[in-house]
Amino acid sequence: MPNPPSGPAISVTGLRKSYGDKVVLDGVDLRVAEGTVFSLLGPNGAGKTTMVQILSTLIRADGGRVRVAGHDPARDPDAVRAAIGVTGQYSAVDRFLTGEENLILMADLHHLGRAQGRRRTAELLERFDLTEAASKPAATYSGGMRRRLDLAMTLVGDPRIIFLDEPTTGLDPRSRRTVWRIVRDLVAGGVTVFLTTQYLEEADELADRIALLDHGRLIAEGTADELKRLVPGGHIRLRFADAGGLESALRALGEGYLDEDALTLQVPSDGSVRSLRGLLTRLDDRSIEIDELSVHTPDLDDVFLALTGRPDDKESVR
Amino acid sequence: MTALTLAARDSATMLRRNLRHMLRYPSMTFMIAGMPVVFLLLFVYVFGGTLGAGLGGAAGGRAEYLDYVTPGIILMTVAGAATATAVSVAMDMTEGIVARFRTMAISRASVLTGHVAGGMIQTLLSMAVVVGVAVSLGFRPTAGPVEWLAAIGLLALFVLAITWLSVALGLVAKSVETASNTPMPLLLLPFLGSGFVPTASMPEALRWFAEYQPFTPVIETLRGLLLGTPIGDSAVVAIAWCMGIALAGYLWAKRLFDRDLVR
Repeated sequence: MPNPPSGPAISVTGLRKSYGDKVVLDGVDLRVAEGTVFSLLGPNGAGKTTMVQILSTLIRADGGRVRVAGHDPARDPDAVRAAIGVTGQYSAVDRFLTGEENLILMADLHHLGRAQGRRRTAELLERFDLTEAASKPAATYSGGMRRRLDLAMTLVGDPRIIFLDEPTTGLDPRSRRTVWRIVRDLVAGGVTVFLTTQYLEEADELADRIALLDHGRLIAEGTADELKRLVPGGHIRLRFADAGGLESALRALGEGYLDEDALTLQVPSDGSVRSLRGLLTRLDDRSIEIDELSVHTPDLDDVFLALTGRPDDKESVR
Repeated sequence: MTALTLAARDSATMLRRNLRHMLRYPSMTFMIAGMPVVFLLLFVYVFGGTLGAGLGGAAGGRAEYLDYVTPGIILMTVAGAATATAVSVAMDMTEGIVARFRTMAISRASVLTGHVAGGMIQTLLSMAVVVGVAVSLGFRPTAGPVEWLAAIGLLALFVLAITWLSVALGLVAKSVETASNTPMPLLLLPFLGSGFVPTASMPEALRWFAEYQPFTPVIETLRGLLLGTPIGDSAVVAIAWCMGIALAGYLWAKRLFDRDLVR
């Protein structure tokens, strides 16, 4: 194989797309380096799927410069298509065909040749733990199996860049972990992954870089740690048996956010053992009894909620 | 040249996929052949005696009516087949697999040509079943090999035309239910033509419609080829209709399939 084209696997500048009056993407810029996982994170309706559809040649952008594997999806769609694999939000398997037939269909469409196609099919069935179900129609598969078949079909053509549009939406935790493992294996093999998700945990687990998309704009971009640093939201939460304890604790510590109804005190903290020990010592010195204690370190939820300005409902999420 | 070979190769792959669907769920194929067979039995054994007498031929009666009605019944097969094709296309479009095909470097038209080729095979096989049943009931075509070939060619062209139209109807439908209803008028056209009774027996406005709608020249040509009745200019008109519908259906389907997409 010749050297892959140098430069980023995906680059996007000033990308715009609207449907009628509704602006879906409003000047998005991003770059995805080769062999990395890039996660586009956002709530429903943020424009994630539209982004994937433009990058994967399904729809045309209204404006901006897009390069996928060095080619413009609007002007040279077949060159882009030859380099990519797409697993969409809705399962893209032929449910009337068996798992094996689905994979052979892909092999035929990639013009692999009979023997090579069969070999690749057997290999992928094995790798995605579908060998037993290979001769059953995909319609009978569970959600997790169907998603695995979907991913396997995407891989038949050995794409250099893979788009995964909410690959774990609707999957149970175990199937989700399986998909994560598959993604990690792919990246280890040098593939570039463009992943959209609503799950902060998923982006945190998998992505080298994360971009937050909200109302068609990127509101933040960076590594998971960089993003977490944007929000100094760590705190220790203390609950007391009565109002007296609550007030003495506030006096002892000198700062904190008081909730008299819940009898809780939130004290800013980096969550380290040293600061926790210091806090407990000060309360102990005055013999203040604590009913309950929890340590809250900032996660991507905090970043997301802080940046999108949505009401902070992490108390209920915890 | 290579683009054409690739297109043919991808279309063959898609055809295999569609044929596999048909083999796995054969009920649709049985329905396509079953409906015209039921109509054939109904019209020959229930109405045949009376309608045959009305034809005014020398033989008269049921046997003559069987000969008269069979070409119309053969064409009736396409109505059911059109529904099957429209439904299978509409169903395909609701599946993520077509979005996947669109992101692959394959011949774009192959998705549609696969449906058309599959639909044609399904329809022509159903027609063969209908002819077989008619022959078993006593249908005795006078056609020689040349006429048979011409009749098969005509039917293939007609099926091609209606199948492209059905693909477009399947694409334009917003839901699978709509797709199963839109080709329904095709079922009526053999009735509102020369399929079941000669158009001369109809009231004037209806007769005008019956004589100028596409099924009539196709039925007349087929009847002439199989039974030696006069064809006149029906053959030319029939071929013109078929090519016109095929082209319009193809262009419409292609436009619908490509809408809002990159090439």
